[in-house]
Amino acid sequence: MLPTVADMPSSDTALDSQAEISREILKAREEYAAAGVVETQPRLDYEPYRSSILRHPTKDLHHADPEGVERLAPCFGHLDLDPVEADLTIQHSGDPVGERMVVTGRVLDGDGRPVAGQLVEIWQANAAGRYVHKRDQHHAPVDPNFTGVGRCLTDDDGTYRFVTIKPGPYPWRNHHNAWRPAHIHFSLFGTDFTQRMVTQMYFPGDPLFDLDPILQAVRDQRARDRLVAAYDHDVTSHEWSTGYRWDIVLTGSHGTPMEEPEEEA
Amino acid sequence: MSALVATPGQTVGPFYGFALPYDAGNRLAPAGDPRTVRLRGLVLDGEGRPVPDAMLEIWQADPAGQVPQRAGSLRRDGVAFTGWGRAATTSAGAYEFLTLPPGPVDGGTPFIAMTVLARGLLNRLFTRVYLPSTDRTADPLLARLDPARGDTLVAREEDGDLVFDVRLQGEGETVFLRYAGQAP
Repeated sequence: MLPTVADMPSSDTALDSQAEISREILKAREEYAAAGVVETQPRLDYEPYRSSILRHPTKDLHHADPEGVERLAPCFGHLDLDPVEADLTIQHSGDPVGERMVVTGRVLDGDGRPVAGQLVEIWQANAAGRYVHKRDQHHAPVDPNFTGVGRCLTDDDGTYRFVTIKPGPYPWRNHHNAWRPAHIHFSLFGTDFTQRMVTQMYFPGDPLFDLDPILQAVRDQRARDRLVAAYDHDVTSHEWSTGYRWDIVLTGSHGTPMEEPEEEA
Repeated sequence: MSALVATPGQTVGPFYGFALPYDAGNRLAPAGDPRTVRLRGLVLDGEGRPVPDAMLEIWQADPAGQVPQRAGSLRRDGVAFTGWGRAATTSAGAYEFLTLPPGPVDGGTPFIAMTVLARGLLNRLFTRVYLPSTDRTADPLLARLDPARGDTLVAREEDGDLVFDVRLQGEGETVFLRYAGQAP
């Protein structure tokens, strides 16, 4: 891997402080409030997330009407994956360390219709905030009983369900003393290619939210809230695991002609 | 308009490598199919440097223009063409797929739909890979684009391969798409 500025184990003096990053985050928020135009997705150009600086398009995304293959999505089936992949706590010989939990919810299209039989992929750090990935240099223990990768298919109701352990927060090198809030990465497909989405699910009340330039790249508070799961005691089970619920809405809907909202015209 | 607001995207981050790529993810073509073509290229950042932690997905029709609606992309049987594949970039920012040339769907211009994911990229990007022989005036998307911009969507042929570079930013920046109905 070629190191980039954000990844290099440089001396901390080369990195900006959290105070500087927080100042930039605040400025971006003020600009958003002043603009008065509602955003629901992250900015691609968000300087507090340093790695985005050279990796965002500078030209406007080009409007396209979905055609041909874009009007359909790839199909996945039960032969593509094993049911055990939905339980991240039973993939090794022993129990992983950490808070066992169930994460469940529904994948819906923009009209609220369930996306049935579609692939959901997740990956995450272990309870200590360490990824199995070889590039993770965080000085925290790898758990031999936890890989942190899961897959499942949604059921007819669009419901996905994973058993896992709660991931820990972890440091990264965006700036000095930078810590990501605990999160689970989600990869989602819809009924149309255009609904493809990759995102991250967070946990309620995390004190790192305001400090994190990746979450804050979504400048709208209500939109950020859509990335936060809800603790659900009905998903929690007696003497076994806690439970979180998180529904995911994909863009648009299948087969309906989509019109440009006026503010985009 | 849709009734529900879409969940925001987030970057794929640096650590998807142990989770998303899988064996034969980039081999869509059935084993031994004489129509097999290699689609390859680089993913480059705003300074023209390779992006070693990007991941691309492609989705396409078969050579007859049929859009596959069959499972089996994750565990390929070596026979079925599922139309979908996934490839991570190498340390040199390079990727490749072994696939079949797409045919026209419903008489439209053939193209391969592509999704771009990378560390540092806060949301996925969509683009299209058109074949070198494409008649640009006949395609609604290409016909409306400035020719130089349109060039970024057309693969070139090199040693029998289709070559398509993804430039995230700067000179020759690839045209990325916002589909109708997608909010900012």
